[in-house]
Order: sequence, then C-alpha cells, then structure tokens
Amino acid sequence: MSVLVDDDTRVVVQGITGGEGKFHAGQMIEYGTNVVAGAVPGKGGQEVHGVPVYDTVNEAVEEEDADASVVFVPPAFAGDAMFEALDTDLDLVVAITEGVPTQDMARVNRRLGETDTYLIGPNCPGLITPGEAKLGILPGNIFASGDVGLVSRSGTLTYQVVDNLTKRGIGQTTAIGIGGDPIIGTSFIDALELFENDPDTKAIAMCGEIGGEDEEEAAAYIDEHVDTPVAGFIAGRTAPPGKRMGHAGAIVSGSGTGTAESKINALNDAGVPVGDTPEEVADHIESFL
Amino acid sequence: MKLHEYQAKQVFADAGIPTPASQLASDVDGVVAAAEEIGYPVAIKAQVQVGGRGKAGGIKLVDDEAEAREAADAILGMDLKGYHVDRVLVEEAVDFTNELYVGVTMDRGAGKPVAMVSTKGGVDIEAVAEETPEAIASEHIDPAFGMHPYQARKAVYDAGVDRELARDVSSVLTTLYQLWDDRDGSDAEINPLMVTSDDEVIAADAVMNIDEDALFRQPELSAMEEEAASGDELEQKADEYSFDYVRLEGNVGIIGNGAGLVMTTLDLVDHYGGEPANFLDVGGGAKAARIANALDMVFSDENVDSVVFNIFGGITRGDEVAKGINEALEQFDEIPKPVVVRLAGTNWEEGMEILNEDLVTVEQTLEDAVQRAVEYADEVKA
Repeated sequence: MSVLVDDDTRVVVQGITGGEGKFHAGQMIEYGTNVVAGAVPGKGGQEVHGVPVYDTVNEAVEEEDADASVVFVPPAFAGDAMFEALDTDLDLVVAITEGVPTQDMARVNRRLGETDTYLIGPNCPGLITPGEAKLGILPGNIFASGDVGLVSRSGTLTYQVVDNLTKRGIGQTTAIGIGGDPIIGTSFIDALELFENDPDTKAIAMCGEIGGEDEEEAAAYIDEHVDTPVAGFIAGRTAPPGKRMGHAGAIVSGSGTGTAESKINALNDAGVPVGDTPEEVADHIESFL
Repeated sequence: MKLHEYQAKQVFADAGIPTPASQLASDVDGVVAAAEEIGYPVAIKAQVQVGGRGKAGGIKLVDDEAEAREAADAILGMDLKGYHVDRVLVEEAVDFTNELYVGVTMDRGAGKPVAMVSTKGGVDIEAVAEETPEAIASEHIDPAFGMHPYQARKAVYDAGVDRELARDVSSVLTTLYQLWDDRDGSDAEINPLMVTSDDEVIAADAVMNIDEDALFRQPELSAMEEEAASGDELEQKADEYSFDYVRLEGNVGIIGNGAGLVMTTLDLVDHYGGEPANFLDVGGGAKAARIANALDMVFSDENVDSVVFNIFGGITRGDEVAKGINEALEQFDEIPKPVVVRLAGTNWEEGMEILNEDLVTVEQTLEDAVQRAVEYADEVKA
C-alpha cells in the first residue's frame, strides 16, 4: 500500500517536449511509472519516449484515461498549466516548477479549494512510491519499499533523510516533497492524514523548515488526529531573522514567527521527537518500528 | 525586491495616492536647491533599505539653509547599519495631527491577500501586531474577485478611523491593493499615512516589495532593481552569479544544493561547535563552472577558515560537481583554505573517480564532513 500514487497511476506530463520535461519523463518511465501521455500546446501528434503528445490536458486525459499530471512548465506559464490540470478532474497534480509568482499561486489555491484534486508543490521534487511509481525528479535509486511515510518541504533534505533510512534497511511507503514556496497545494496536514489512513505506513518522518506556521499547525493536528508515530526534523535553526534562506517560504520574519524553536517546541509538545541531525531522525524512526 | 522609498513614492503618486512634494539629491548643494524649491521646513531622508532610519540618524527635519547643509553633510556618506548613504530624499514636511497605517500583504497561512488598517501608525507595525493585535483591522481578499469596495470601508470602520476621514482612507487602501495586485507586490505599506490639520491624508512613507519570481512581467519595476541592490559586496557578487547566498558571522564556509539541505548543513556546523560563515545554495543541476564560481565566492570571504561542500544529487550530477571543484582548486599553487567534500546521490561514484583527492578531504556522510570542516576551522583559529 501507499498513498496518492502506485502501479496503476496513469500520468500525463505537461511540458514533455521541453528540456526538463523530456529528461524527467524518460527517468520516470525508466523507473516504471505509467506515463501515458504528454500535453504541450502546439505539439499535439508528436511522440516523446514513445508516449503520445496532445495539445491540451483535457484531450490527453480523455484519450489516455490519465488520472494524474506532472507539470514541467516554465514559471510564467505554470499557473495556467495548473488551472488547466485542475479543470480536468485529475486526482493528482504535481507541479515541479520553481519560481511561480506567489499571486498566481494564490489564484490556483483558490481554484484548488473547489476541487477534490491533490496538488503537490509547486517548487517541489514530487513524490515516489518506491518500486511502483515516481512523479517528479527524485533520484529513484536511493529509495526502498517499506513502512515509513515521509513528507518534506525540501527536495535535497528529503534525499538526505531517505538515505539515512534506506542505508539502515528502512524503506518507505511513499515519500512526498510538498515544496518550499509560501503557498503550496498539499500541506503537511494533508500528507499526515493520508499516511494516518494508510494501513501500511507504520511510522512517519516529517521534515520542516523555518518560515510560516505550517509545522506548528501540523503539530496541533498530530496531537489530535495522528496515532502513527511521527519523528521530525526542522532545518534553519541557525538562520538569522529577516534573511530568506533560498526557499521563498524560508524566512523568519522580524517579529519572531516561523522560528525553528517555535516549530520544535510545538512538535515536542505534540509528542513528536525532533532530531538534531538527519541521523537522529533515522534513530527515532528505527525505534518506532 | 525592495523599492527605495523614493521609487515606491513615485509608483504610489502615479497611481493617485497623495504624497508630499519631494526631490532626490546626492550632494549638499542639490539638497539645498531642492529644499528652496519645495519650501522650508523639509525632511531630509537617507535612501537606504533598513528599518529604523530615523532613530539611526538617517532622517532630519530642517527649517533653513544652514540646518539643511549641516544635516545633508551628516547624512550623505554616512554608514547606516552597514549601508552607505549616497542619496537623500528632500521632502515637504507635513504638519500632521494623526498617523495611520495601511498595508497589503500575502497571508501565506490563509493563502490569500490581506488588507490592513490601523490608527496606530507611525510606529513599528509588527510590534503593534504583537502587543495590541485588536488595533489592526484586517480583511482577507478573495484573489478571484479582488478587493470589494465594501471590504475597504469595513477595514477602515473596524479600525476606528474618524468618520470624516473614512472615505479618503478607503480610497487610499483600494488604490494600494490595486497596485499590489497589478505590480505583483509581496508587501505594500504606508506607515505613516499622515492626517493633516485640515483632514487630508498623505503618504509620508512608502514601502513596496515586489515578488522576485514575478519580475519577468514587471519590466518597469525590474529596471529599478540595480539601484536597490544589497550593500554587502559578497552578496552583490552572489547576485551576479545568481546564487542564493546569505553572509553570516562565522568562519566555516558552506556550499550545497537545495535550500533545506544547505540550512541543515549550517545547523550541523553549529551543532558540532562551529560557526557558519554563509548560506550558499548552488541550486539544482549546477554544472562545473557554477560549482567553481561557488568556491571562488566562499574563498573570497576573508572570514572563512574552512569550507564544507555538501552535495546530494538529484538533478545535480556528482561528476559535474567534481569537475567544478577540480577546476577551482587546480588554479592554486597552494589551496587557500581546506575544503571538505561529501558527494551523494546521482553519479556520485563517477564524481569520486574524477575528484582530485590531493586537493580536498573526502568524507562519506554529512555528519562526518561537517565535523571535519569544524575541526579544520578550529585549527586555523588556534
């Protein structure tokens, strides 16, 4: 079992003829993902990696019965691409694109609220159910199938923690990179709910970072609704206030909200141990299994 | 991207928000000429992007030419919290009876814009938000519709603004929201919005920050960017290379890929008793030349005593990273600062084959690499 994606997920890649889209569509197919179509305006009728390309997402979904999309569309057009995907009743949309204007995401987020679709990202590595399917740019070879659900705001930090787990023989049900932007689709809480309801997920690793209050809200949610044991990690303990640490969302504001300390305290109060190092997160997870 | 006060005021004035008469000047005679034209008294305001300019001596009110010369001489060329002042705004002094606050920002938790009004203007609004949150009236805006006129009125009435002023303040808030929306603002603020003795409102300060990710569709604003660049030389260099870079106080230089992992590397340096010198994210898919530039940047920070290079490749390839490290180091007869490298993920084996291990120290895990770099930095200090 897993959450959101598995062997049966039928994927359309938006932007499959572009450099990134083409390369990663190939990588996804190689991993075993069921990529059934591409969608690029003006490129309908072509094939990429043997996959048919359509002019619209709607056509791709109707012709190939897709139920998920991955967006590799440049930032200026990514908001529009997400609207297009949301208008076709897909179950899942994964937006990899980095640098989507925040106001575009506010509008997408508004539309998302009217649908039953899960949107992952933007500015995220995507998600993977090891051995079954990956939707995004995660390096498949570091993951292994197993019992741990992982949710993270950061791509490479996800890889680091997964590596610490896999090297001890601890595999994953599904790993989800939800993205580091100020406005994202699927939140920690959404992911925690999915893992809590997945009978095969025996433990959850949650990797947050400074900025915003998503981790604090997740801690409150865990306290109320999550029985599966959770271990946490928070990046940015040493970040000075007022400086944006790479991710648009990773900034401690002048008034002190969004600090690592506040997040770690909130998680600890909810009974979630927070590792000082990725290795310690793996220690906690191992102790749960 | 932050606009300077004079730039933001121009944008606000063009949109119809009342602003005091003002002129930009870069020397003492220019200040005096501007003041004569505007008419005394005037405020002389340093154009640097730091908070608390007034307290730090960057804003002075003057009544005549002698005072103007003295103030201009003191402010021009001064160092204000690390920023060199090379321009001042000479501005008509407003005779005010009251100070309000109006602002628009993105509430990331709600995923929606929020418009705010307060009668406690003229002071740090974040402090007001913390101490007396009820003094700020706020309205969330549905981004599909924009701000309804009633929302502007409601915020103004909820804040307790005098009834005689309500129409004018609502109008300023409506215009401010429209600007924020049209110009891809991240924050737009007027603090204070001054109320004059004859019940006019006027924007005495102006803050307009633009979403960096939207600059591609704001050509007029992005053209202003160069003038608004950071004061730190290394941070400017990072802008040129388009690295995400933040300079810190310590002596362990840090280079990595991906914001979360680089932050984690900083945290581990601290955890193992060292002090991070910087945050430097080379981003995804960096090629050899970019890696070499990153090393060059960190080497040029004189505070740095050792460097930890931590790459976990997803779309970044280990072989490119190794090539870049070799390229950067092979130009030196003697390596200026010890470099510890940890490569993992995509093509890390290929990278290890390419990497010239005579020039660097290799560690297998993140924890070991950080500890080694901290040790090196301690040795240099000792």
